[in-house]
Amino acid sequence: MAEQQKRFQLLQGNEACVEGAIAAGMRFYAGYPITPSTEIAERSAVRLPQVGGKFMQMEDEISGIAAALGASVAGMKAMTATSGPGFSLKQENIGYATIAEIPIVVVDVMRAGPSTGLPTSPSQGDVMQAKWGTHGDHPVIAICPCSVQDTYNQTVRAFNLSERFRTPVILLMDEIVGHMREGCELIPTEELEIHDRNQHMINSMPYAFGEGQYVPHMTSFGDGNLYNITGLFHDEAGFPTNDNKIAAQEGSRLMEKIKVYKYSGILEYEEEEMDDAEIGIVCYGGTTRAVQGAVEQAREMGYKVGMFRPVTLWPFPEYELVERAKQLKRIIVVEHNYGQVLLTVQGIIKGDTKVEFIGKVDGTTITPREIIKKIEEEE
Amino acid sequence: MPSQLVENTMRTKRLPHIWCPGCGHGILMRDVCQAIENLGLPREEVSIVSGIGCSSRAAGYMNYNTLHTTHGRAIAFATGIKMAKPNMHVIVITGDGDATAIGGNHLIHAARRNIDLTVVVFNNSIYGMTGGQYSPTTPTGERGTTAPYGNIDGDFDIPRLSEAAGATFTARGDCWHVQQMIKLIEDGIKNPGFSVIEGVSICPTYYGRKNKKGGAVQMMQWQQDNCVDIKKAAKMTPEELEGKIITGVMSQCKRPEYTAEYDKIIHKAGGDK
Repeated sequence: MAEQQKRFQLLQGNEACVEGAIAAGMRFYAGYPITPSTEIAERSAVRLPQVGGKFMQMEDEISGIAAALGASVAGMKAMTATSGPGFSLKQENIGYATIAEIPIVVVDVMRAGPSTGLPTSPSQGDVMQAKWGTHGDHPVIAICPCSVQDTYNQTVRAFNLSERFRTPVILLMDEIVGHMREGCELIPTEELEIHDRNQHMINSMPYAFGEGQYVPHMTSFGDGNLYNITGLFHDEAGFPTNDNKIAAQEGSRLMEKIKVYKYSGILEYEEEEMDDAEIGIVCYGGTTRAVQGAVEQAREMGYKVGMFRPVTLWPFPEYELVERAKQLKRIIVVEHNYGQVLLTVQGIIKGDTKVEFIGKVDGTTITPREIIKKIEEEE
Repeated sequence: MPSQLVENTMRTKRLPHIWCPGCGHGILMRDVCQAIENLGLPREEVSIVSGIGCSSRAAGYMNYNTLHTTHGRAIAFATGIKMAKPNMHVIVITGDGDATAIGGNHLIHAARRNIDLTVVVFNNSIYGMTGGQYSPTTPTGERGTTAPYGNIDGDFDIPRLSEAAGATFTARGDCWHVQQMIKLIEDGIKNPGFSVIEGVSICPTYYGRKNKKGGAVQMMQWQQDNCVDIKKAAKMTPEELEGKIITGVMSQCKRPEYTAEYDKIIHKAGGDK
């Protein structure tokens, strides 16, 4: 018997991800077990059949994303989840989903790498892989939740963005958030804003779009429109083409669609204590709690410090951070890697604001104390 | 003027195809379409899923729901379609490299699950699209651009490999014996489980040239003379069968089908209420 889910539950981030996905309409999951994301597969295996959905444990990471894409093409909202090594293996098909414009949510619960690395330890080393991991130039949406509740909410948003913009969305979690346990409100579907792909295909052409539009509409396989999907550059009908003019148009439309809609729901960021701040701490995902603690303590110590957290990591809230930087003497980027978001921040922050960095990749978490020490030492 | 079959089942505006003159793949593509027509399947209920390589360009020419995927992954994509829409007839068109090298894992695991897919392998014994490298079905000793001194790898028997992994229908046909090939594809589609039909193709451009097999006509004549139906082969001596290709239904059995079994899981979990 399908159990009625309690509205408030003590959950791991990984479990909240599954509940958010199901609330958003996920009815197919395919993946391969990998630490520290495995609980996503396990809970999907329990929960999906309870709601008439399907879970498949595939033979490898690649078939996990491939089967999910197949299900999406046939009209089911689909997800796959993995961690570092598996994220590397899925990259080719993330690119396929990008050019073929197939909605899918790909979860990467980051762990320390490269290679097998520190499988059970926190890291945020896949930030640039989320952006550039698949070959060829391409746009990307990557979202970084920072708590269990945030994971629930952001998973719903990941599905919505994926469906609205016919694009893969990377839900970039990390070991800290994935295994964090706290109370979570399972907001039911009826109370959520849910988006489904637009199924009114223009002239039965899967890649045709109207004046001023960037996202073609899409019917599902089996719904009566016979069309072709390919990973090659293609024309409006989805048929492969070597026509350079069409290739250029398609390539730039793919890039543009994420830029154009950046302010129509894609971008999200959060600020705390930034109104009068002179020091801004940039963080995301699993480092957020430590930064929140540090900001609180440093404020008590008299430092004018605040937090700037990109929720949507890619595309990055560049304009917003640049605007904020006008009042800041210092920006401290805090992340569990050797400086990946740091590269972006250094690239956009010009002028007098000093960009500093706290990174950690030894398998332990950054503490509020370490952040306060940094705040103090430069003063 | 295209034939009625081509008119009914192919995207004629997209023809002629990109295959070399004399390639066997056009015949095999037509055989797949003819089999679907013979079974009277509504085109809306048929998905053709392909991978990468010469074989896999077939999907784009065929007027069904067609998905041209990444190299080796067609069976995995097809698995997702079948799970989402179990009533859909999902046919995978793949090649020897696509299905048994880069995609070999998916082939054996889909066979193990016995999910109701029909896989037609256009086997030309070579990587054609990249210019003639040896594949897992290039016979030992024969040549490709990456086996300039002869191939020392063993070669796969695709139906036997699939049968051992759990496929419930395996068969082999060729380009010359068209009626037989069509019938084998029909039987594969009708089998409620994982079916693998190898279609022995010809590649005069690379495999033929590299191995001095003559042109397309000679290669087709070779198939006519050397592809022996399994029933006829049963009456022949091992000496007579030396160097022959045995065709027909290679194996057939019954096992629970995956999507039907998954429906039982949904029932157990209460998701069908």
